[in-house]
Amino acid sequence: MNTLKVSVVTPDGPVITGDFEMVSCKAESGEIGILPGHIPLVAPLVIDSVRLKRDKTEEVVVVNGGFLEVRPNEVSILSPSAELAADVDIARAEEARLRAEKLLEEQEDVDKERAELALMRAMNRIRVGKLGQKNK
Amino acid sequence: MASLKDIKDRISSTTKTKQITSAMELVSASKMSRAEENAKKYAPYSEKIQDVVASIASSNSDVSHPMLERREVKKTAYIVVTADSGLAGPYNSNILRRLHDIVTKRHSSNDEFTILAIGRLAAEYCQKNKLPMADSIIGLADQPKYADIRTIASDAIKMYVEEEIDELVILYNKYESAISHIVTENTLVPLSIEAESASTSSYEYEPDEGAILEVLLPQYAESLIYGAILDAKASEHAARMTAMNSATDNANDIIDDLTLSYNRARQAAITQEITEIIGGVAALE
Repeated sequence: MNTLKVSVVTPDGPVITGDFEMVSCKAESGEIGILPGHIPLVAPLVIDSVRLKRDKTEEVVVVNGGFLEVRPNEVSILSPSAELAADVDIARAEEARLRAEKLLEEQEDVDKERAELALMRAMNRIRVGKLGQKNK
Repeated sequence: MASLKDIKDRISSTTKTKQITSAMELVSASKMSRAEENAKKYAPYSEKIQDVVASIASSNSDVSHPMLERREVKKTAYIVVTADSGLAGPYNSNILRRLHDIVTKRHSSNDEFTILAIGRLAAEYCQKNKLPMADSIIGLADQPKYADIRTIASDAIKMYVEEEIDELVILYNKYESAISHIVTENTLVPLSIEAESASTSSYEYEPDEGAILEVLLPQYAESLIYGAILDAKASEHAARMTAMNSATDNANDIIDDLTLSYNRARQAAITQEITEIIGGVAALE
């Protein structure tokens, strides 16, 4: 069976690299699935999860935006930060969520955009993290 | 001539200093190797992102984005990277001297530039010399994470996009090797992208190039800033290691000299005592 060489890299180092059969992720224009032999593609990703499938098992990675680059049989995901769903510290993500919510509610003059992004990231980590940890 | 006790005190205090400097040297050496490791971890990311940017730039020439366009420079922002503390040899002073040169030679008034200071020494320098400072980070970790510098990086890029500044320049010590780091000045935005020759594959863009550049270019510029800071941190630890190494060597030299004069003084005291005894004996006879 053909496989894709997948690497998820962040400025703090690679998160996961390996051969997988399918990559599915959510781009700004919608859900995309990549199978071996896909045409070269570049697409920005939204704050969501990336799922890597191999032999009926699935690795779930939390990505905070970034973009996807597909070359023949090679997929790179470049994200400012990403982590394996199984590694997410849900308690910390909850704290981050509360902090962001508080910031949005209390103050008028905060950088709204940044606080909202922080909230989105935290909620995504909680959701995907729970999902990934249930599968284990 | 200093008394025996004075010399002894100086030897022991120099020995203590030496212990401290050699411990600091070891600490910096381990920090430096970790910083090198961080830079290595970051390399795949920067290579990939550069690849994609270059291939978009080479695939068609009619892409345009404010971050790629050169406009008349009315105001420049400098990101100045120094350490939080001294004891790093010429690491900080080289940067600040270069900053002084730039500010005095290139600009005629303080309205023409602003400074984003990273490190306490840069911030203090700006305050002391009353240079305009838009932002500062003090107390950046020795091994900074991307998240630590993201705020200042994205703010700087936002300033450019909103046309508050027309050029973004970073000033840092580039890491060449453990003993050599070079003050480097690098224009980050507008981005200069060298279109690669036909080697890259042509991509499909989802949804289109414009939307990709919107996401990609800020991320690229942020990653350049992060890369420079990682480099600067590695240089800082290297500079500190070298400085502490020579301090330890100096302490050794001083201890050797002092030991020599201590022995001389001791010998002189003994000789004098003997002379006095002999003199005393002679007087009795």
